[in-house]
Amino acid sequence: MLQLKNIQWETETGEKILNGIDLTVPDGKLTVITGPNGGGKTSLAKVIAGLYKPSGGQIIIDDNDITDWSITERSKNGLAYAFQQPVRFKGLTVRDLLSISAERELSSAEVCHMLSEVGLCGRDYINREADASLSGGESKRIEIATVLARKDATLLVFDEPEAGIDLWSFTSLIEAFENIKKDNNRSLLIISHQERIMNIADYIAVVSGGKVVKMGTREEIFPTLIDKTAATRCSLRTN
Amino acid sequence: MNSITEQLLGVVSDWDGSYKGAFNIREDGGCAGRQSSENIKIEPKNDNPGIVIRISSKAQQETVYIPACVTKSGVNDLVYNDFIVEDGADVIIVAGCGVHSEGEEEARHNGIHRFFIGKNAKVLYKEKHIGTGSGKGAKRIDPVTDVQMDENSYMEMDTVQIGGVTVSNRLTTAKLGKGAKLIINERLMTDGDETAKSDFRVDMEGDDSSIDLVSRSVAKGNSYQEFKSDINGKCRCTGHSACDAIISENGRVNAIPGLYASNIDASLIHEAAIGKIAGEQIIKLCTLGLTEEEAERRIIDGFLK
Repeated sequence: MLQLKNIQWETETGEKILNGIDLTVPDGKLTVITGPNGGGKTSLAKVIAGLYKPSGGQIIIDDNDITDWSITERSKNGLAYAFQQPVRFKGLTVRDLLSISAERELSSAEVCHMLSEVGLCGRDYINREADASLSGGESKRIEIATVLARKDATLLVFDEPEAGIDLWSFTSLIEAFENIKKDNNRSLLIISHQERIMNIADYIAVVSGGKVVKMGTREEIFPTLIDKTAATRCSLRTN
Repeated sequence: MNSITEQLLGVVSDWDGSYKGAFNIREDGGCAGRQSSENIKIEPKNDNPGIVIRISSKAQQETVYIPACVTKSGVNDLVYNDFIVEDGADVIIVAGCGVHSEGEEEARHNGIHRFFIGKNAKVLYKEKHIGTGSGKGAKRIDPVTDVQMDENSYMEMDTVQIGGVTVSNRLTTAKLGKGAKLIINERLMTDGDETAKSDFRVDMEGDDSSIDLVSRSVAKGNSYQEFKSDINGKCRCTGHSACDAIISENGRVNAIPGLYASNIDASLIHEAAIGKIAGEQIIKLCTLGLTEEEAERRIIDGFLK
C-alpha cells in the first residue's frame, strides 16, 4: 500500500506546486489521479517515483518510509514509472530498453509479445534505436512497454498513458491494465483525464491546486466529473 | 609471438589461438606469422616494409586477418600494406591494432593502407584499436588509409578505438568511381589526456556514387577529439556525414564538417551534435533499476555499439 502523507513540493523558484497531498493507494487496485492541467498531478507522480524530492511530508510503501530513497532504490523495491514525455536514446534499441527493464536479455518473441500489448508490431521495432526517428506515439507505447516489462513491480505508475496513442492501441492498453488488475499483488496508479481509464478504476482522486480535493470509489467520484454539457463532457469539476 | 601480442590479438582481431584462412600478424615491426589461402595471396613488399594482399575474384565471403601489435616502448613501427581486390570479390578484412607499453618511451604503430577495389567488388573492413600497459610513454596509432573504388564497388569500414591510445591521428582518403558506395562507421572513446583526430577526405568522381560517414564518439577526462570531414561531390552523387559526440568531465570535441558540391546533381548533407548525456536519460534508466553509474555506462556502450 502506498501512503502519501502531507506531501509538499515547490519549484526551484519557490512556486508551491504540491500543498499537502494526503492519499492512500490500496494494494491490488487501480487508482486514477485526475484533475485540471497545472493542478500538480505530474509533479506528484515524479515525487512518488523519486524524480522530485518533496520539501515536506512522507511517502510510505508497505510500512517503509521511502521519502529519502533514490530513484534506483524505489525501482529495485517494486516501483515502476512511465514518463509522460518519453526519453529518447541514441544507441539503445527497443530490445535494450525492455531487457534492462526486465533485468535479463529478452528473446525476440518476448519483446514482440510486450510490444503487441501496447499495439506495436514487434518485429518492426525490436532492433530499432529508441531515438528521435520514432514518432511520438511509437515512443509513448515503448515507454509504457518498459513498465509493463517490469514483472516484479508491485506499484506501476503511469503519467497520462493515453497521450499520443491511437484508438486501437489505446484499446490494447486498456486490456493490459485490466490484466494487471487481475493480479492482486500489483497496484496501478494512473494519471489520466481519459474517461475509459477512469471507467476501469477502482478509486479516483482529484488533484487540484496541489491538493487532493476529492477521493473515493469510481462509483462515488466518476459521476461528479462528467459535465452536463456535451461540448465539455470530459472536463473536470474540482469543487 | 609473445603473450602480449596474443592478448592484444584477442581484443582487436578475434584471435582465439588461430585464424582460419589467410592472415599476416605483425609484431613489433616484424612478421610473427603469415599464411595465404587459395584465393587470398599475401606477399612481402620489395620497396617498403609491409605486404601486398591480392584478393582474387574467386574469394566470396572470405576473411583475411591483418593485425599489427606493438608490445613495448621504444618501437616505432611503420608499415605499408596494399590491398588489391579484384573485380567481383567479396572479402572481409580484419585489421586491428594494439599498442602496449610499460616504459618511458613512445610506442607507435603507423599503418599506411592502400585499397584498390575492383568493379563490383565488396569489402567489409574491420579495424579495432586499443592501447594497454601502464608505461608513461605515449601509445600512439596513426592510421593512413587510401581507398580507390572502381565502378559499382562497395566498401564498409568499421573503425573502433576502444581506449588507452594516447595519441591517434587518422587520415582517410577515398576516390569513388561510378556507382561506388562507401560506408564508414567510426566509434571512438578517449579518456585522460588522450587526443584523437580523424580526418576524412572523400572525392565522389563517378555518377551515382555515395558516401555515408557516421562518427560516434565519447570524450571523457581531459581528452580532446577532432573530427574533420571533407566530402567533395564532383558528379551526380549523394553524401552524408554525421558526427555525434558525448562529452563528459572536461572532454573536448571539435567537429569540422566540410561539404563541397561542384555538380548540380550532387546532394550532400552533414549533421553534427555534441553534448553531455542528457540527465533525463540517466533518470529513465534509474527508474528501470540501474544506478547512475550503470546507466551512464549503458548509454555510452549503446552509443558506441
